[in-house]
Amino acid sequence: MIKVIDPGFYTSIQDKGRFGFQNYGVPVSGCMDENSAEIANQILENLTSSALLELTMTGCSLEFKKDTIIAVTGSDMNAKLNGSSIQMYNKIDVKKGDLLSFDRFEYGFRTYIAFQGGIKSEKVMKSRSMYNGITKSFKIQKNDKIVLNNSINKSRSTNQEKIQKLILSDNIECYKGPEFHKLSKENKENLLKKQFSISNNHNRMGYILNEKIKNNIKPIITSHVMPGTVQLTPGGKIIILMRDCQTTGGYPRILQLTNSAINILSQKMTNSEIKFNIK
Amino acid sequence: MNSYNLKYFQYNDNSLLISWPERIDENINNDVNEFKNRLETGFKHILEIRSSYCSLLLIFNKKIDNINRLIEKLKNLYLSRKSLNKYDRILWNIPVCYENRFALDIDVISKQNKISKQDIIIRHSKTIYSVYLIGFLPGFMYLGGLDNTLHIPRKKEPRLRVPKGSVAIGGEQTGIYPQQSPGGWNILGNTPINLFDKSKDIPCFAKPGDRVKFFQVSEDQYKLIEKEVEFGLYELNKEVLND
Repeated sequence: MIKVIDPGFYTSIQDKGRFGFQNYGVPVSGCMDENSAEIANQILENLTSSALLELTMTGCSLEFKKDTIIAVTGSDMNAKLNGSSIQMYNKIDVKKGDLLSFDRFEYGFRTYIAFQGGIKSEKVMKSRSMYNGITKSFKIQKNDKIVLNNSINKSRSTNQEKIQKLILSDNIECYKGPEFHKLSKENKENLLKKQFSISNNHNRMGYILNEKIKNNIKPIITSHVMPGTVQLTPGGKIIILMRDCQTTGGYPRILQLTNSAINILSQKMTNSEIKFNIK
Repeated sequence: MNSYNLKYFQYNDNSLLISWPERIDENINNDVNEFKNRLETGFKHILEIRSSYCSLLLIFNKKIDNINRLIEKLKNLYLSRKSLNKYDRILWNIPVCYENRFALDIDVISKQNKISKQDIIIRHSKTIYSVYLIGFLPGFMYLGGLDNTLHIPRKKEPRLRVPKGSVAIGGEQTGIYPQQSPGGWNILGNTPINLFDKSKDIPCFAKPGDRVKFFQVSEDQYKLIEKEVEFGLYELNKEVLND
């Protein structure tokens, strides 16, 4: 068992997400940066679907009530065990009574902590991913007790540089969205040539960009959206939907991010720059 | 047999969007749901199918490797039916209390649309609505077919807390808030039943393509049903339509 001393700004339990319920209006949810999360689980030889902690912008502080092994990936927030720095992308032995904490972050925006065996929290509609109204709470709270699955797996480490490169990339690879063809020629060019930056309005549901483009397309009749769908509002704002997004929307869908691009974007913060590239 | 000109569009690695002519139209939505039903029973590698007013989103459990072959298969399947397959549509009868305690905006609707409160209730509860879509919130049904005299734009400033079960009107549609949430629709009543049950394999009783009708209950009946729902004793009245 692990006790939450300080939950940090926004720390939640996530796994691969909730599939098969979108027709009932249930968001997919799941780790924002699936890539970093998968690697954290791989290091511990957990199932890639194992639930772990997702930290946002600031670290948390955890007290271990039993021995286990952990791995920290994603954004570098200067993880410390009992006050001494620990290596990311490596298995870390943790003893009963140890305290895991973090400092200010160096790069990226979201950190993942995987635990050997994975987190054993309430499973709602086949997933442990926290979401408001579906799970009891949508983020972890002070004094929460995090329970782990039993496991006897071995562990290994992985190539940190490759992942760091991905996190720092500004290349957002996408498909043309269903309404892309309705954009004017000038708009298409602007969308694909200009550098965009992330506004201070971003969370697990979506990222709004600072720069606008002209909108010459009318709203559509409410239709399907997914994590990674790029919407254009009547005022020309660009919204990129993320893992906790609603299942339907009425703004034109001009682009669709690849899954790997959603992972990259998850590690961006206010004023980070990105560029769209059609796959 | 009427067939529409469908558009097929690869949405991402493993999803495909099928679009009907872009209209809110009962015939189109029936066709969408009829095709969805056939895809559910006989198409390989489908993880999930989501339906909306005039489109279907197909999500596959693997990457689409040959998009042209996939579209060809879907086209053939769409055109292969001999007649409109009959499928059972369920009509759900949902109790609503339109008393003032719940009907937070009925005065606004009455004033703005120049129609008496009694008329609002009669017109709202006489229509058989189509479930066009479930979205916005888990279990939120967009119901089409609202009487013209009840159309009213969304509120300029959304409420921060619309109570759970609120029955409301937004533009030309009506719907029920399955949980407390912010919302801009005009509220004219409340239902004591649950629209979304996360402990069930199928969390909503209705699905897109079904029909919904409201019936008026008094505040006393509302309280009784509320208790029955709490103890799992209330059974929704449903009819099978086969048209």
